[in-house]
Amino acid sequence: MDQAKLDGAYGAGVEMAMRIIVRMARILDAEKLIDIEGAHIDSSLYMGDATLEFAERLVELGAKVSVPSTLNVSGVDEHGWQSWPVDPLWAEKARRQMVAYERMGCNPIWTCAPYQSEFKPVFGQQIAWGESNAIVYANSVIGARTERYPDLLDICAAITGRVPAFGLHLTENRIGQLHLRLKDVPVELQAEDSFYPVLGHHIGKIAGESLPVIDGLKHVPKEDQLKALGAAMASSGTVGMFHLVGITPEATTLAHALGGGDAPTTIDITREDLTLAWKELSTADGEDLDMVVLGSPHFSIAEFKQLVPLLMGKKCHPDVRFLITSSRAMRALAEGSGALDVIDEFGGTITVDTCILTTPMLPPEIKVLMTNSAKYAYYAPGMLNTQVVFGSLEDCVASAVEGRVGRDVSLWSN
Amino acid sequence: MVELIQAKALIPGELQGKLIISDEPLSFWGGYDPATGEITDRRHPLSGVNAAGMILAVPFTRGSSTTTAVLLEAQRVGKAPKALLTRGVDPFLSLASVVADELYEQPIPVYALQENDYLRLTSGDLIKLYPDGSLKVTSVG
Repeated sequence: MDQAKLDGAYGAGVEMAMRIIVRMARILDAEKLIDIEGAHIDSSLYMGDATLEFAERLVELGAKVSVPSTLNVSGVDEHGWQSWPVDPLWAEKARRQMVAYERMGCNPIWTCAPYQSEFKPVFGQQIAWGESNAIVYANSVIGARTERYPDLLDICAAITGRVPAFGLHLTENRIGQLHLRLKDVPVELQAEDSFYPVLGHHIGKIAGESLPVIDGLKHVPKEDQLKALGAAMASSGTVGMFHLVGITPEATTLAHALGGGDAPTTIDITREDLTLAWKELSTADGEDLDMVVLGSPHFSIAEFKQLVPLLMGKKCHPDVRFLITSSRAMRALAEGSGALDVIDEFGGTITVDTCILTTPMLPPEIKVLMTNSAKYAYYAPGMLNTQVVFGSLEDCVASAVEGRVGRDVSLWSN
Repeated sequence: MVELIQAKALIPGELQGKLIISDEPLSFWGGYDPATGEITDRRHPLSGVNAAGMILAVPFTRGSSTTTAVLLEAQRVGKAPKALLTRGVDPFLSLASVVADELYEQPIPVYALQENDYLRLTSGDLIKLYPDGSLKVTSVG
């Protein structure tokens, strides 16, 4: 059947996608192709005419996805971009690219947190996912199996239903390779939300291409803490999967995570390491603040509920913008819970479908951003040419109210 | 000094160019401006260097899934490196080259080097690539 796909028996779109899959399988030295049961498509992101031409070529050739497939963030908030200084030409092309992927039969959930949607995969399922943070979450927290899919390959996998048998699809590559031991990290710190992005940022930098096993955590992390941990690792590093001993499903014990063998290397992570990582996530050191931005990965309903009491009865400073990036589905849940009214009353806004890194939407006067997301903190300086301050959710809200950066540094000083 | 290195030609080519190399992995998304070829990751040692038309060596790509799309766009507008060298096989860069071939018939040569060979290279070296995977390195120093 693979050969028939390659020969065009299933149409020219399938033929093109299959040709790319087979060429990649050869480059990767994969022994065979395997079936997948689902895909998450990051290729929907408009990155210039090349990505649009690729998508429209596939549509023109009649390609359709053959497995349930969801869409990652797009290049534009389809119905809300007009409230930001987005170039209408960009918006039009990004929208055309959204339509192309919808025409191929993908579910338009437009979110980088598909694991918090109804399309979440299950343990052991072979899937082809794009979006670095989603890949880490699916592999590590859920135990589904995906390699780190590059944009453009995810859609070829979804169309053909086939992927090269390589990397994290294979049991032998899911064994931990680097033992990371938390040493003298206070439990109170481990319970803080901001501990997870900071830890992830540090691990991404030291893990290299190895699969890290985190050992010694005393706190049971919440879903959104695991989300922040993985997203941070996948920004500062190449990590496609981690094990958290006693927490993640393929790491019931240290021995399980290491596949019964010994770890080739053990590295301690100390409070000092984390303080350094925390400092590194900020590039601004003054009090100036133009914008607070939350929601990378996309804000969940639990995060909206956590935010609401912090905003009650307060007002955002008139010189500061307060933005939350999320999905349409989470915004609808937030609306139902009354959270949107509170955010509106506070003076905040919500953008869906996309984020500040994937749509050029920020006005030029935005020079300093503050965020609780390590992913935003990591990418903003290079991509948006802004300075960034990393802080806790509470710090972000308090700073937005005051109109200047203020952080509770007691947790991070020795 | 001239050295010969045997690498694996993931996407073979035949060309010559000047090398830019780093030990730090790079994410092209947020780290490479496809409109100009400038390396824009402000935390990367090559920040500010323009890699368009050069031979770029990074050990592997880091981070985002979007690296492929950024490199493809850079190739479309003529601002991609003229060849890429990595330590081991990097699917992200290879895929961008395969798709550049599919869409524009302009693949970017991608070569995977052994780690010890990778360490022998220095920025400024003149490199000639051959389709069989061999590299002729003329070092400046």
